[in-house]
Amino acid sequence: MSAPAAVTLEAIGKRFGDGPGAVQALTGIDLTVGAGEFVSLIGPSGCGKSTLLRIVANLIEPTEGSVQVNGKPARRARLDQDYGIAFQQAGLLEWRTVQGNVELPLALHGLDRGARRAQALELLDLVGLADFAGHRPSQLSGGMQQRVAIARALARRPALLLMDEPFGALDEMTRERMQSELIRICAETGAAVVFVTHSIPEAVFLSQRVVVMSPRPGRITHVVDIPLTARDEDTREAEEFFGAITEVREALRGRTKVEDEP
Amino acid sequence: MRTGAVWGGRIFKGIWPPLIFGVAFIALWQWFVDARNVKPYVLPKPSAIWEQLREHHSTILSAAWTTGQNALVGLAIGLVVGVLAALLAARLRALDDALTPLAAAMAAIPIVALTPIFNTMFASTSSTPRRLVVAIYVFFPIFVNTLRGLRQIDPVHAELMRSYAASPWTTTKVVRLPGALPFFFTGLKIASSGAVIAAIVSEYFGGLQKGLGPAITSAAAASAYPRAWALVTAAIALGLAFYIVAVLAERLAMPWQRPEGAVS
Amino acid sequence: MTKRIRATQVRRGAMLLIALVVLAGCWELYKLVIPDDGVKLGSSLILPRSDDASMPHLSEIFKVFGQQEVAGGSGGTVLSSVINALWYSLRLAAAGFAVGVAIGFLLALAMQRLRIVERALLPYVVLSQTIPLIALAPLVYGWSGNLSLFGLEWKPWMSVSVIAAYLAFFPVAIGALRGLASPPPVQTELLACYAASWWQTLLHLRLPASIPYLIPALKLAAAAAVVGTIVAEISIGLQGGIGRLIITYAQQATGDPARVYAPIIGAAVMGLVAVGLISLLDVALRRYHTQEATV
Repeated sequence: MSAPAAVTLEAIGKRFGDGPGAVQALTGIDLTVGAGEFVSLIGPSGCGKSTLLRIVANLIEPTEGSVQVNGKPARRARLDQDYGIAFQQAGLLEWRTVQGNVELPLALHGLDRGARRAQALELLDLVGLADFAGHRPSQLSGGMQQRVAIARALARRPALLLMDEPFGALDEMTRERMQSELIRICAETGAAVVFVTHSIPEAVFLSQRVVVMSPRPGRITHVVDIPLTARDEDTREAEEFFGAITEVREALRGRTKVEDEP
Repeated sequence: MRTGAVWGGRIFKGIWPPLIFGVAFIALWQWFVDARNVKPYVLPKPSAIWEQLREHHSTILSAAWTTGQNALVGLAIGLVVGVLAALLAARLRALDDALTPLAAAMAAIPIVALTPIFNTMFASTSSTPRRLVVAIYVFFPIFVNTLRGLRQIDPVHAELMRSYAASPWTTTKVVRLPGALPFFFTGLKIASSGAVIAAIVSEYFGGLQKGLGPAITSAAAASAYPRAWALVTAAIALGLAFYIVAVLAERLAMPWQRPEGAVS
Repeated sequence: MTKRIRATQVRRGAMLLIALVVLAGCWELYKLVIPDDGVKLGSSLILPRSDDASMPHLSEIFKVFGQQEVAGGSGGTVLSSVINALWYSLRLAAAGFAVGVAIGFLLALAMQRLRIVERALLPYVVLSQTIPLIALAPLVYGWSGNLSLFGLEWKPWMSVSVIAAYLAFFPVAIGALRGLASPPPVQTELLACYAASWWQTLLHLRLPASIPYLIPALKLAAAAAVVGTIVAEISIGLQGGIGRLIITYAQQATGDPARVYAPIIGAAVMGLVAVGLISLLDVALRRYHTQEATV
């Protein structure tokens, strides 16, 4: 009855380059993301959170350790299309319509035209953009383009969503709206999410656990549980929300205090 | 979405300065020739040129037709070979390394100077030398620009394709080829008008006496200056026609580049 | 220059040489394999003739340079004729280049200064290169001996330089305009805070910023000036230039087919020299840019 863990990372390390100029981006990363769980990676710039995400996505190979996605090695999971990914830039292909963009992963893996169309429209409906199926990406705002990118990431109904600061380029109001949308979408699809972000409130609002990372060489310093009773508009002004934010902030700072010691 | 009316208004706004300038220029020209009594061998009147166009329109048209055909055939050949070479060079590093510096060198060389060589290689009564020169002339901008387009890929698209475990060919088909289209059309716009220029210039090297080039030289030699200018006007119109077709092809092939109104 | 760029350049240079050798090989191979009369499709030739009159051996072409210009005469070798003609044409091209660059640059300044000038003139500037005004060359030639401009009589060589200037001005106008307009608002606003005049902004900001755009534009203009000079010389029949030499030797082709290759090779060299000179300028101006901006 229990699904395999969405992501299992064991003793992951990543070094770029060789010899004296080598950069140790990550070291000793152990993390398990359960099926359907929402986990954020947060940390200062250069702590390797994007690198870690790309290791899970099998876009980069780790130097040490092993990574399993959905109970399989990461490479197998990528070939089997077990995850969907969204980047900071929506990366929509400007020569395809909105619908065409969502159909892309479906077309690449052999779905026939009718099935593709139906599924794409369903996904656009899920993100609230069904009316814009025939538009061009250049006609949509940044927030809308990101929603299309998310719809596209969900195209193959993956058990895992990987997101690299997808709302980073958006303004605060749009960001908050998108966060609520994402919560709703995840509830409906039941996908696990690994979410990279800079923003403490965003991490707290979205995730069940927040993984705090240290600057280079990146390692996990804290894992903060966020047992919020609800995740809706009222939550943003609730006591427990601010409490959790403070906890994460202290965790981020706590690391700095350690560095100050001789 | 913005309506056609607003779009039309934008075109109008962009058109009136050059249009007014053009009309004023021609009017000034007409007045200047009359007022300063400029001799026809220096600069004929626009009205005299117009007269010649109407009077000799059949000969002018047939000369333009010959030149246009040469330009078209050469353009087609140079286009196909250029695109194929670019596709190959994008895949094979060695080919890229050999052709790209060659292309840079050829940009400095007057390709039309090769016409006499081709004239001896083929019969001097054939149009092939001219078409070949045009083809070579067209090949380089098409090759260089298309290759540039094929080589560049948005890093986000590259990562996306990798996350889909897409094969290199699939990535080329889905992302690189459409992404290369704007670059290809940049090359096409240069090549299309260049084809007409190369066609006319290659006609100056002897060989067949059909076409606009020889017609202009013989008209100049016979001191029929308004007629010569009329032929030049036909040449200009031909060059413009080729360029406009290239621009239209670009608009047709890339409908997503039209700047329509955005929705929020 | 980084090691990587240097390695790429060396590799490219080597590949270019190999490519030239391969082309030379193909030439001789073609002569060997294809029949003398070429390959016909129906009644028209699709592959050129390969006999010695149409395609001289490469060795023949090399020998041509050493031949006497006029057999048994006192003139000089073909090589010296070619070099003299090149020198003549190069000066014409330089004159056309100078005038074209000056006009192009002034035009770009005017267009940058006044938006209305840009809107009125830019379409014509772009269109000027799509139209074969080179067809006007024989007519411009008609001015010589009949026209006086500011008291200076119009000589035939001026017609050639005018055509060269016409072809050279366009890349400079476009490149300079892009370059002058290239500084981002953060920099132009900074100079506005200093109450800098348009002229000062030009001198301290826009001109240095335009160098990466000007260098490739000047290279294009140099190549265009060379092409314009040669083509104008041919259509006018100007004596003394390399264009005329090509025509002359082409007419002698029945007697000596390899001879016409000499001035054609010379013309190619002329183009390369012109662009090479601009590259030297590029090196001298390194301070203002690290990389060329692709136009």
